[in-house]
Amino acid sequence: MCLAVPGKITAVTDNNAEVDFSGVKRAVSLDLVPDAKKNDYVLVHAGFAIQVLEPLEAQETLKLFKEIYGKAHGGAVSGPLSHIKP
Amino acid sequence: MKTATPAERFSSPLWRDRALAASALSEIERLADVAAAKTGGQVNFMEVCGTHTMAIAASGMRRLFPKTLRMLSGPGCPVCVTSQGDIDRVLALAAVPGAIITTFGDMLKVKGSKGLDLNSMRERGADVRVVYSPLDAVALAAAEPARQVIFIGVGFETTAPVIGGAVARAKKAGLKNFSSTAFFKLVPPALELLLSDPENRIHGFMLPGHVSAIIGLEPYRFVAEKYRVPCVVTGFEPLDILAGIDMLLKQVVAGKPSVEDEYFRAVRAGGNPAARKLMEEVFSVCAASWRAIGTVDATGLEFSKAYAAFDAVKRFRIPYSDAPEPKGCLCGKILLGKALPPDCPLFGKTCTPSSAVGPCMVSSEGACAAWFKYGD
Repeated sequence: MCLAVPGKITAVTDNNAEVDFSGVKRAVSLDLVPDAKKNDYVLVHAGFAIQVLEPLEAQETLKLFKEIYGKAHGGAVSGPLSHIKP
Repeated sequence: MKTATPAERFSSPLWRDRALAASALSEIERLADVAAAKTGGQVNFMEVCGTHTMAIAASGMRRLFPKTLRMLSGPGCPVCVTSQGDIDRVLALAAVPGAIITTFGDMLKVKGSKGLDLNSMRERGADVRVVYSPLDAVALAAAEPARQVIFIGVGFETTAPVIGGAVARAKKAGLKNFSSTAFFKLVPPALELLLSDPENRIHGFMLPGHVSAIIGLEPYRFVAEKYRVPCVVTGFEPLDILAGIDMLLKQVVAGKPSVEDEYFRAVRAGGNPAARKLMEEVFSVCAASWRAIGTVDATGLEFSKAYAAFDAVKRFRIPYSDAPEPKGCLCGKILLGKALPPDCPLFGKTCTPSSAVGPCMVSSEGACAAWFKYGD
């Protein structure tokens, strides 16, 4: 039930946004993310944006995955994911 | 790695890289044996989110896990944890003459204690409509001023602010014919319920990404500090889940439980303050009745005094009465991590998705439904 889908805000009117989900556009409430603006990526749950997503941090996560899992593990303790910031 | 466009960074393929997943799995395999030596031969992690249950099952990764690692599905599916008594109240609301019941689709097939569900109420003439958003229900109330529109609000901290937001809009619009149930449950007290059980054997929690997007990390601190159990807030893509398990195992191996955030592209330490503020305005903490656990103080949300007029249960004076679980059904034990779906004598025999006995099979994201659809 807590499914939430990322989309890009393409227009904002008052507290309502039009959000593009890979080509499908829907009206989304910004009541819970009052600072969200056009071109932001938001996580949408049941018609409400619940959080603004950070493209740079998504890129950072993918980079970490590549660094940590991109080389074979030789049994020694390799770079733990613990440097993902809490 | 080539630089992805912002849109690509949230799209699937990059998060499902086969080679990286294989490497993560070999790391999990290596660490699970080390961790199992510290936990008595078996490491049990629990996810407390139906979306995680589905993501794990659909990826097929469970059968690639080492034998020493077991992922349990905890009380993370809202439909599954809703008590039989509250389901009966939903059905009583559907019997209110002239009312329009609006709901998320997963509530349609959950049976009450008399064997009825919202689908069968519809066959008997009830006006039951599935909506995508509670805002659709508010819009319907505005369009149908002569009818009472009732939204069936169940869920955790992800859904509560969304329904709270819809109710706040209804109040602002002065709608007198809109109401909702508030059968909300809170995740951190649910974890405490599991941890305070003397039979508890959970060695780490994969924490729900979208609940945490709202509440942040702080509410979980007690799990690591008081109960010494590792926690990792985890995203929903296959690599997120593998990384989450890897991080949990590393905490177990190091003997240093903490609350880590693998899903930091969506989850900030402080969560979403605007959503929490709205949730606190519309709802207040109350005792909630959980399937298989019973009524427990301070584990749920009800309407606050300021919004009490929107409480459907009060408006239509629907009483609560305890009702027994379906006979032979192991949903309760499964929700507590004490049994796996195939342990249930009904699983796959009298209880299947097309003819479900318990809510873990009814809900599309229930542990039994996921197990039935995708196998182990």
